[in-house]
Amino acid sequence: MATQVTEAAAEEAHVREQTLVHDEIAFANDAKMTARDVDVFYGEKKAVDSVSIDVDSHYVTAFIGPSGCGKSTFLRCFNRMNDTIDIARVQGRIELDGEDIYDPRMDVVQLRARVGMVFQKPNPFPKSIYENIAYGPRIHGLASNKADMDGIVEASLTRAGLWNEVKDRLDDSGTALSGGQQQRLCIARAIAVDPEVILMDEPCSALDPIATAKIEELIEELKGRFAIVIVTHNMQQAARISQRTAFFHLGNLVEYGDTETIFTNPRADRTRDYITGRFG
Amino acid sequence: MNSTTAHTVKSFDDDLRLLRSMIGEMGGLARSQVNEAITALLSHDVELAKRVVEADKRIDELEMEAESFAISIIARRSPLAQDLREVIAALKIGAVIERIGDYGKNIAKRVEALSSSGYRGASAGVEQIGSMASTLVDDAMRSFAERDPFLARAVSDGDEAIDDYYESLFQTLLGEIAEDPENTAPATHLIFIIKNLERIGDHATNIAEMVHYSATGEHLEDRPKGGDATGLSLPL
Repeated sequence: MATQVTEAAAEEAHVREQTLVHDEIAFANDAKMTARDVDVFYGEKKAVDSVSIDVDSHYVTAFIGPSGCGKSTFLRCFNRMNDTIDIARVQGRIELDGEDIYDPRMDVVQLRARVGMVFQKPNPFPKSIYENIAYGPRIHGLASNKADMDGIVEASLTRAGLWNEVKDRLDDSGTALSGGQQQRLCIARAIAVDPEVILMDEPCSALDPIATAKIEELIEELKGRFAIVIVTHNMQQAARISQRTAFFHLGNLVEYGDTETIFTNPRADRTRDYITGRFG
Repeated sequence: MNSTTAHTVKSFDDDLRLLRSMIGEMGGLARSQVNEAITALLSHDVELAKRVVEADKRIDELEMEAESFAISIIARRSPLAQDLREVIAALKIGAVIERIGDYGKNIAKRVEALSSSGYRGASAGVEQIGSMASTLVDDAMRSFAERDPFLARAVSDGDEAIDDYYESLFQTLLGEIAEDPENTAPATHLIFIIKNLERIGDHATNIAEMVHYSATGEHLEDRPKGGDATGLSLPL
């Protein structure tokens, strides 16, 4: 009897840990980045537990889940930002266009140009608006002369919806802009080096609703040109801007599916309880 | 199928409960309107019929209240998943119940003309289809109250019997007209009445379909709605 109970519990635990991937994703994927059995440890503590996911290049993919669920930690694996944390250790395989990004021969600086990142708090360099954009293209040798660079700066700021607001004060400090403008400057800086993937870690959580709407509009504009992965605590934001949603809990990827299905008819109990506000 | 866990924000549960009780009350009223309209019709009770016509206003008021409340829940709570389905289903079911109330009122409005005509044909048939429609509404509302997708499916299937019964009754009434043209006016009234009852059955099915969607997230496969009498030959 006791063994039966234990077996049942083990079985249940096993079922709980299975990631529920919706069919339409499993069959219709055009993966830009793939993660397979990725674990992340902070010292002894396992923060991400055997996560496998494909990120499609044509969509905005949202990572949602309660604080501490591992979604940001996992996101930071995609351009090896966790390398900068001494006690962090990543296991498993992550590929960008089929290439192992944790291969020792991988040039991390090059990787981070291909997989850009935008953070929760806008972090412009304490330099001019122009220099904020020009820095990346310069170190990657994307411009051969001043005219080229001017073109890149204008194009990046235009794509980030910021050009008209800053074109007359490109020499002003980036830190003098409003929070929302600073965040769009950071997005402009990320796209200036022509990345393939943009990772966004709660890019709107420090912004007011109007600045948030502008960022969301920008994400909408950029969709399709770059693969975008966004971590957000704002469920409505995930529902508004993403086409794919992945729900994380306790380091597991619980469910991954069409955003519409996740928010109208989630399959996993944990997803449902979380998005309807029944957690805990 | 449904989470029994409460929301972290308790007043959200209170809101959903209140919305459900508003819709439940509307359903109960609409069903008793249909019953009383049939009773008034069969007992030639013109006074009762007038009360039915009057009472329809209460259903209309309740529908507006429920609609405003559902909109306010959407605005304030941003419901998702089964909560979203439940609020949208309540919104749509409220509108359907309001239509059922209108059909009840329409039946009641014909009582005076029928009563003064002296025509007494087909009353057993009308009583039968009236009770079928009323039972179906009751079952649909019970499936709503209990969030029961299986009962909802049974309601959807049960509508077929009303459609068949309606078609045979329609044929009978046409026969009455053919037999004696004096019957034309009252029999036509009755044809409208049984058509209304047949439509009430369709609306009960609509309620059941929304209950099924709300409870499971899956749409019931669409059953062709019969009862249009388009296949009947006219004996005239």
